[in-house]
Amino acid sequence: MRVIEVQAPGLLTTVQDLGREGFGPMGVSPSGAADVISLRLGNRLVGNAEGAAGLEMTLLGGTFEFPEGAAVALAGSDFGATLDGKAVELWTAFEAKPGQVLRMGPTRSGARCYLCVRGGIDVNAFLGSASTHILSGLGGHEGRALKKGDVLTIGPAKMEGQKRTGRNACSTGGAGIVGKRRLAAQALEKVKIREVLRVTSGPQSDWFPESAQKIFYESTYRVAEESNRMGIRLLGEAIPAPTGGEMISEGVALGAIQVPEGGLPIILFVEQQTTGGYPKIANVISADFHSLGQLRPRDEIRFERVEWETARALLREQEELMASEELILA
Amino acid sequence: MDTLAGEGARFQFSSDQSLLVYFGEQSEIDRSKDRPLQKQRQGRAEARPLQSQITLEANEKARRLLRLLELEPVAGVRNLHPAYCSLLIKFDALRMRHDELEAILRRYLERIDEVKLPEARLVEVPVCYGGEFGPDLGEVCAMRGLTEAQAIKLHASVEYLVYFLGFVPGFAYLGELPEELLAPRLAAPRKRVPSGSVGIAGNQTGVYPFATPGGWRLIGRTPIKMFRAEKDGLSLLSIGDRVGFAPISAERFVELERACA
Repeated sequence: MRVIEVQAPGLLTTVQDLGREGFGPMGVSPSGAADVISLRLGNRLVGNAEGAAGLEMTLLGGTFEFPEGAAVALAGSDFGATLDGKAVELWTAFEAKPGQVLRMGPTRSGARCYLCVRGGIDVNAFLGSASTHILSGLGGHEGRALKKGDVLTIGPAKMEGQKRTGRNACSTGGAGIVGKRRLAAQALEKVKIREVLRVTSGPQSDWFPESAQKIFYESTYRVAEESNRMGIRLLGEAIPAPTGGEMISEGVALGAIQVPEGGLPIILFVEQQTTGGYPKIANVISADFHSLGQLRPRDEIRFERVEWETARALLREQEELMASEELILA
Repeated sequence: MDTLAGEGARFQFSSDQSLLVYFGEQSEIDRSKDRPLQKQRQGRAEARPLQSQITLEANEKARRLLRLLELEPVAGVRNLHPAYCSLLIKFDALRMRHDELEAILRRYLERIDEVKLPEARLVEVPVCYGGEFGPDLGEVCAMRGLTEAQAIKLHASVEYLVYFLGFVPGFAYLGELPEELLAPRLAAPRKRVPSGSVGIAGNQTGVYPFATPGGWRLIGRTPIKMFRAEKDGLSLLSIGDRVGFAPISAERFVELERACA
């Protein structure tokens, strides 16, 4: 049984996969990776199924030892990773030999970096998912962020995981070595992080007068320090209170932009509450969710409204890219 | 994207992969016939649906549609988020469009009166009221001119309905609170409400399953776990259940807490 030993956990490192959908009636939100695209790509680089569990590091990465070795890939933001002191590249699979230590530092780009290992992180699934839901202490590794001294089990490498990974999925088969698989540069370009987030109108958009909409779409907002996996809080020009109706709590979608009293918008994120009582002026489109996962405190963003048809087309385009055989170069 | 259907339902796009169904709305014109408007809205001449009142009837329709979708799942639907008078339906936009889902849901809505709702369970939740467990009980009593004993008796006198679970895992929105106990939520929410805390806000009451931020006024605490990852049932309460609160002593609280651990 191969393991990962946590020598330093980093600022906030949790086990995440694609989340658990389907438990809304119990008040359970999906959770899952904040930047799903990076986790999926990281998994493909090491020959896993896209949804295998990996480690999500936030702003400051950890230090991990692989006593029996592992096939590893880092995806997402650049945390300045070194393997036994030697720099390793993002978006490229590499082999950690037995006893080697992978060390990450503070981010040099966005908020999150994913550590994927061939075989995935093996934890007891909660409601069918390995994802950690920090607030409720459910899922993942003991329902919490990693601590120094934690030992994580690496799962068995599954051949079925290669179904969608195209050619040369695994060069030696079983040993965990995946060669120098790397992401095609044009793919990286297409999933790059956006500063202008595209949104569709929200369920209460027309409650907000024209002047409020103008503020929302023309302002630059700054990500507040207290943002987390539940919600991304924004600072900037306040949006006047809506006049259109009286709100009753209702189900809220991922990426919903709610406007509470005070007028500073909050984007509901992966560990979101499942229902909410604030009016929603807009909703980030699904194709831009991964950009939300890379927002750091003090980052500046703007919003651009798109039509439903555009949102759908952009999602389709993104999924076609993710399914493409040319995505991973061997 | 904003249309009225049979059964008084209205559909609303919520995001590129979700659709909201609202129940029990009355248009402004209907409302003005029936009763005076609660809030005059200027500059809107059209009869626009207005979501303004929680009714048992609307909640039951939301629960019926939820039940039907659980019994006969629609391919491409990923998640369901019921609330007081609405149901949010998350779906895979690569498999279906909003209008396709809406067409399916309209057919479901034609049948919701035939849906047999699960038998409502009556769940008793023991609560130790006041003191350190209910730091806001005194203020609620002062606001409403009650003694603590009266307030406790009132809170424990009602059989509540679980309108829905939301916010965090296992948090049940219970109603309705006796009129005499109505109190607004706190002006400044607490950063951390201890798990098991029993709160009231407006005409609702509920139990915090986890230590979370919260703006409800805390009047007591239960030693019972509301949400257990290790149990199959997971959540002590389910949508549509009936809930009663039973006052217990601090000694009994400790005993039960030990038994639950």
